[in-house]
Amino acid sequence: TKTRDNIVSGIDSIFSGFSSIDDDFYEEIEEILIMGDLGVKATEEIIENLKAKVKENKIKEPAACKQLLIDSIKEQMRVEDTAYRFEEEKSVVLVIGVNGVGKTTTVGKLAGKLKDQGRKVVIAAADTFRAAAGDQLAEWANRAGVEMIGGQEGADPASVVFDAVASAKSKGADVLLCDTAGRLHNKKNLMEELRKMNRIIDREFPDAYRETLVVLDATTGQNALSQAKQFGEVADITGIVLTKMDGTAKGGIAVAIQSELNIPVKYIGVGETIEDLQKFDADEFVNALFKTDGNEEE
Amino acid sequence: MAFDNLSEKLQNVFKNLRSKGRLTEDDVKSALKEVKLALLEADVNFKVVKQFIKTVQERAIGQDVMNGLNPGQMVIKIVNEEMIALMGSETTEIALKSGNEITVIMMAGLQGAGKTTTTAKIAGKLKQKGRNPLLTACDVYRPAAIEQLKINGEKQGVEVFSMGDKNKPVDIAKAAVEHAQKNGFNVVILDTAGRLHVDEEMMDELVAIKNAVDVTQTILVVDAMTGQDAVNVAGMFDEKIGIDGVILTKLDGDTRGGAALSIRAVTGKPILYIGMGEKLSDLEQFYPDRMASRILGMGDVLTMIEKA
Ligand SMILES: Nc1nc2c(ncn2[C@@H]2O[C@H](COP(=O)(O)OP(=O)(O)OP(=O)(O)O)[C@@H](O)[C@H]2O)c(=O)[nH]1
Ligand SMILES: Nc1nc2c(ncn2[C@@H]2O[C@H](COP(=O)(O)OP(=O)(O)OP(=O)(O)O)[C@@H](O)[C@H]2O)c(=O)[nH]1
Ligand SMILES: [Mg+2]
Ligand SMILES: [Mg+2]
Repeated sequence: TKTRDNIVSGIDSIFSGFSSIDDDFYEEIEEILIMGDLGVKATEEIIENLKAKVKENKIKEPAACKQLLIDSIKEQMRVEDTAYRFEEEKSVVLVIGVNGVGKTTTVGKLAGKLKDQGRKVVIAAADTFRAAAGDQLAEWANRAGVEMIGGQEGADPASVVFDAVASAKSKGADVLLCDTAGRLHNKKNLMEELRKMNRIIDREFPDAYRETLVVLDATTGQNALSQAKQFGEVADITGIVLTKMDGTAKGGIAVAIQSELNIPVKYIGVGETIEDLQKFDADEFVNALFKTDGNEEE
Repeated sequence: MAFDNLSEKLQNVFKNLRSKGRLTEDDVKSALKEVKLALLEADVNFKVVKQFIKTVQERAIGQDVMNGLNPGQMVIKIVNEEMIALMGSETTEIALKSGNEITVIMMAGLQGAGKTTTTAKIAGKLKQKGRNPLLTACDVYRPAAIEQLKINGEKQGVEVFSMGDKNKPVDIAKAAVEHAQKNGFNVVILDTAGRLHVDEEMMDELVAIKNAVDVTQTILVVDAMTGQDAVNVAGMFDEKIGIDGVILTKLDGDTRGGAALSIRAVTGKPILYIGMGEKLSDLEQFYPDRMASRILGMGDVLTMIEKA
């Protein structure tokens, strides 16, 4: 895929030209992290920790220091094996996020993936707001070869979820994937609507394994932190899907979110076809974060 | 938000300097450190920030602190002025051809930025101005993209031209312009598929459209929440296709929108409108000064300073 090509050239070229660990060296690291969208706070924390470790371990070589840094972020971003339990359980997956990040596409991709694993999947079209959202999801259901429960444009999304839960139960489905409308996290009424959907699932399907995925566009900057926080107030977020990783954005905000909110990235989107969803790989992600264009000035 | 208190921080930096009449190099440097952090938190590109801080620093050192302004406010005033200057000091509108000549507007941008929605919003604006717009469905890839445009067109009472998803976008664009000529439409707005700036094939498609029909305005639609990568995106769209203006969407959120500054810095192209919601009436004029205070996160302080 496109991302892999970006990644393989690796991290060896960075921090070249440094013979000692000095202020310039740390500044270079700071620049790389900020340019990767980690944000000021996470970047400062990382650098402070690094400095402490360098001192503690009496590290003199920039290369060793670099490795230390990379390993610690990798460690932080590593996903536990249990993170994917919902794929095996009888589960309800609620997919939420702001407008246009890739929720519907992710639901389609996930449906295809789970179907391939032999799971019986039902998807709920709980975006009854956006023009043609239902048609879009129907096409994905069709591609994945799974059933979709929909509602009329303008219908109450919670009622669609209600119907979908009933249908998933009666059909003995393994996984119910719920697509929801894009909503900005600062819109009270839309967040309330989401809370209601969440409540319906709790009430109607109490023994289902619950997974709530927040979809984040990898291109997004610091606002993603605010998104994750505020969606977290409405539902128990269990993971993040970082989409559009096939572009040039590094998705570094996920590191800030992991530090501050402890929410792991579980999948990445790397394109627009049904195969373009991968399990998150901390090694690849961090390597890509530290890969800078060789031809950049300075 | 973390940096809403930028002005407070600056007051602190200058706490002991109230009596000074002139900003020294050291005063300015320590103040600009705070400004730099605020801009980075707002997602202004790192390199743009560095350049910007340099400019402000040069201007601020040695300035006389004005009557009614303390040193902190003085720095903010200069920062604000430079930001507005960078963002284009005045509001701009989409350039339209006069009379019955057909204006062709091509929308472009990354996936999910808001092109299709904005296409319909613009149509509504133009209709109000007495124009007769035709929307054109050139996205033949995204599931239900055509249907989405049709529904939005209908809501706006504007015709949507479509040839399904089996034709090439270039041919659809050509046919749309012909259709407009025959049927008395004077603006054709092309809704194109979302694409990555690094996807050469897809970028070439837009170039092909531009070569095939006489595109009057190419508008880049950018999500206001975009982070550091905004410079790469805007830079490459401008370089490969050539853009005439930018529309920032989703500013109804709580993003500080620093991407606006980055995009202006790399392309120099005006920001035409801002998207302020999902409703088709939610398209507003762009005001550089308001954007500047949003990015700095301190509207009130600025209003006060403006008056001083
Ligand atoms: N390049 C790329 N494009 C993606 C990816 N995921 C989604 N997209 C595209 O992003 C656009 C938006 O995707 P949607 O799935 O409609 O996003 P959404 O979050 O459901 O949008 P709303 O329902 O309008 O809020 C579409 O053009 C998708 O094809 C990805 O991983 N890579
Ligand atoms: N809150 C808010 N949402 C917006 C705004 N503009 C667009 N949207 C939403 O963003 C999502 C994506 O909008 P689209 O118009 O489908 O974006 P697009 O660029 O055409 O997407 P692709 O064709 O898939 O590349 C939809 O949910 C829109 O309702 C805005 O200004 N504010
Ligand atoms: Mg959707
Ligand atoms: Mg579209």
